[in-house]
Amino acid sequence: MDQFTLNLIVVGASFALYIGIAIWARAGTTSDFYTASRGVNPIVNGAATAADWMSAASFISMAGLIAFVGYGNSSFLMGWTGGYVLLALLLAPYLRKFGRFTVPEFIGDRFYSQSARIVAVICLLTISITYVIGQMAGAGVAFSRFLEVDNTTGLLIASGVVFMYAVMGGMKGITYTQLAQYCVLITAYTIPAVFISIQLTGNPVPPLGLFSTHAESGLPLLTKLDQVLVELGFHDYTGLHSSTMNMFLFTLSLMIGTAGLPHVIIRFFTVPKVSDARKSAGWALVFIALLYLTAPAVGAMARLNIVTTIFPNGTTEQPIEYSAQPDWMETWAQTGLLAFEDKNGDGRIQYYNDNSEEFAATAAERGWEGNEMVTFNRDILVLANPEIAQLPGWVIALIAAGGLAAALSTAAGLLLAISSAISHDLLKSVLMPKITDKQELMAARISMAFAIALATILGLNPPGFAAQVVALAFGLAAATLFPALMMGIFSRKMNRQGAIVGMLAGLTMTLLYIFTYLGWFFIPDTNMLANTPENWIFGISPLSVGAIGAVVNFTAAYITMKLTGEPPEHIQELVESIRVPRGAEAAVDH
Amino acid sequence: MTLDKTAAAYWKANIRIIFICLIIWAISSFGFAILLRPALAALPITFGGVDLGFWFAQQGSILIFIGIIFYYTWYMNRLDQEFDVDEK
Repeated sequence: MDQFTLNLIVVGASFALYIGIAIWARAGTTSDFYTASRGVNPIVNGAATAADWMSAASFISMAGLIAFVGYGNSSFLMGWTGGYVLLALLLAPYLRKFGRFTVPEFIGDRFYSQSARIVAVICLLTISITYVIGQMAGAGVAFSRFLEVDNTTGLLIASGVVFMYAVMGGMKGITYTQLAQYCVLITAYTIPAVFISIQLTGNPVPPLGLFSTHAESGLPLLTKLDQVLVELGFHDYTGLHSSTMNMFLFTLSLMIGTAGLPHVIIRFFTVPKVSDARKSAGWALVFIALLYLTAPAVGAMARLNIVTTIFPNGTTEQPIEYSAQPDWMETWAQTGLLAFEDKNGDGRIQYYNDNSEEFAATAAERGWEGNEMVTFNRDILVLANPEIAQLPGWVIALIAAGGLAAALSTAAGLLLAISSAISHDLLKSVLMPKITDKQELMAARISMAFAIALATILGLNPPGFAAQVVALAFGLAAATLFPALMMGIFSRKMNRQGAIVGMLAGLTMTLLYIFTYLGWFFIPDTNMLANTPENWIFGISPLSVGAIGAVVNFTAAYITMKLTGEPPEHIQELVESIRVPRGAEAAVDH
Repeated sequence: MTLDKTAAAYWKANIRIIFICLIIWAISSFGFAILLRPALAALPITFGGVDLGFWFAQQGSILIFIGIIFYYTWYMNRLDQEFDVDEK
């Protein structure tokens, strides 16, 4: 059976499973649609949260991000997991106790203000819409690469599948599909990693393999990796080659941003009890860690594999000839994501760092005239992993299904956050408060359909700034929603004025800083200052600004609170009641 | 009045444990993995050929995060019962 048929069968089977679940888990009420009637087992919710959280970026890009930078990009690992500690300790149990449907609803009720609620809706929509574009585009790419359909057809199929289970099942359908999607994506990620780890170190557990001995050389794997990279003029893998302060701030921004992402927060509304919300955050992190502990091993091992494939006799010897390159290099060269150019015409592949001044002399001595692996798209790393490790065709098909599961599960979570903000926060509470539960459910389904259509259109014409958009989503979540939610719980005296001023200050400051360096609304050449470390205020990268935005939000809110009065008595009582778990059951019948 | 006092004491105990957990959270990530990495590197301990700071950055911190959440969950369940505010 050829690879294409295999891919089709595996991906088709996974889609049939998702649609089957959608039919089984139809939503009958708004409570079903928004929160799965709060009947989700905390461990199941943990797995669903993990699938919700791990997007195409985690599945496809993260190992590559780490492989080509090394230690410096550990920020992604710590940032995207450490946020769950903040969620479990500072937000999830209290928001579950409050027992409502959406994040803006909490902000509106706690700060007794429709304006606060609308500001929160604006923040939520900006965060979630920017985030969903990347998911749809990622799903489209996975389709076109593995199923040989063009990007547009791929994206339309993906939208159709999401439409089926998200519109029909709402949170209930999404939760159980996400559980299935988690199983698909973690299996797909782990199998190739285990084989590569066995090949390189003899250890079948990749995270342990990372810190064990490289079988061929007898050196520790990371020592070997550092050694070959330095011999080719690259930075060593385990050292820090950027500023400590930016690594610190970037990690902090990712952590706070993670805890403030609405599509993750609403997952904790689905569990039956307050104590389940805490437990569920722990399980979510366990399920996430299975992938996040494997990713750095995949990154380091794949990087070493690439170097040793090109230099089979060691980096001080001759590299391989073009005619001797392995099949996967040829296959991926056809996609344009991998490209070689025989610059010195010797018929051999020279792979080294031609930007290193110290290494220039060595390269000249060896007759090298530039790095000949001119393109290596970092996303190849995970996708080509099964081919690099020479695994059977069904593993490659599994990777295709896994990448799609990662993209679709995150997209569905985001779409639910978007549609509930529109139907519940805008329609039901502001524009048409008189609609019945049935009408609201219909409105939720229609806005979900609109959100999918919007995401599909944006995914078809992705604005050329995917990476910056992610920075924007995390920066905004950190600077707006997280501080507002936290103050709503931990400061009894925080009032309406403080929350609104805080959110607006965090929003404005973060947007201005990002736009200054990356262009107004990311339009190229409209940036006022070049995006280089010399221009950054106090050397802070625009990617790391979310943490600063959060500080601005907290400070502005506190000062405003001091200048205005205390919140009304019943709000202070409300805060007291959020803080204790007892009485949470009553909220279920909301 | 006694009830109010209990609620206040419960909250105080909660803040205390959150504070302790967040200190451990910060030390294992921002501390050992980033700021204190040079200090850890000076120790004669290596792990798989690299200093401990690298291990904390790529594995240790994540494992500690999981530990923190489950410890907090366990501790709070006990606290909820002790102060009689648990869900029935």
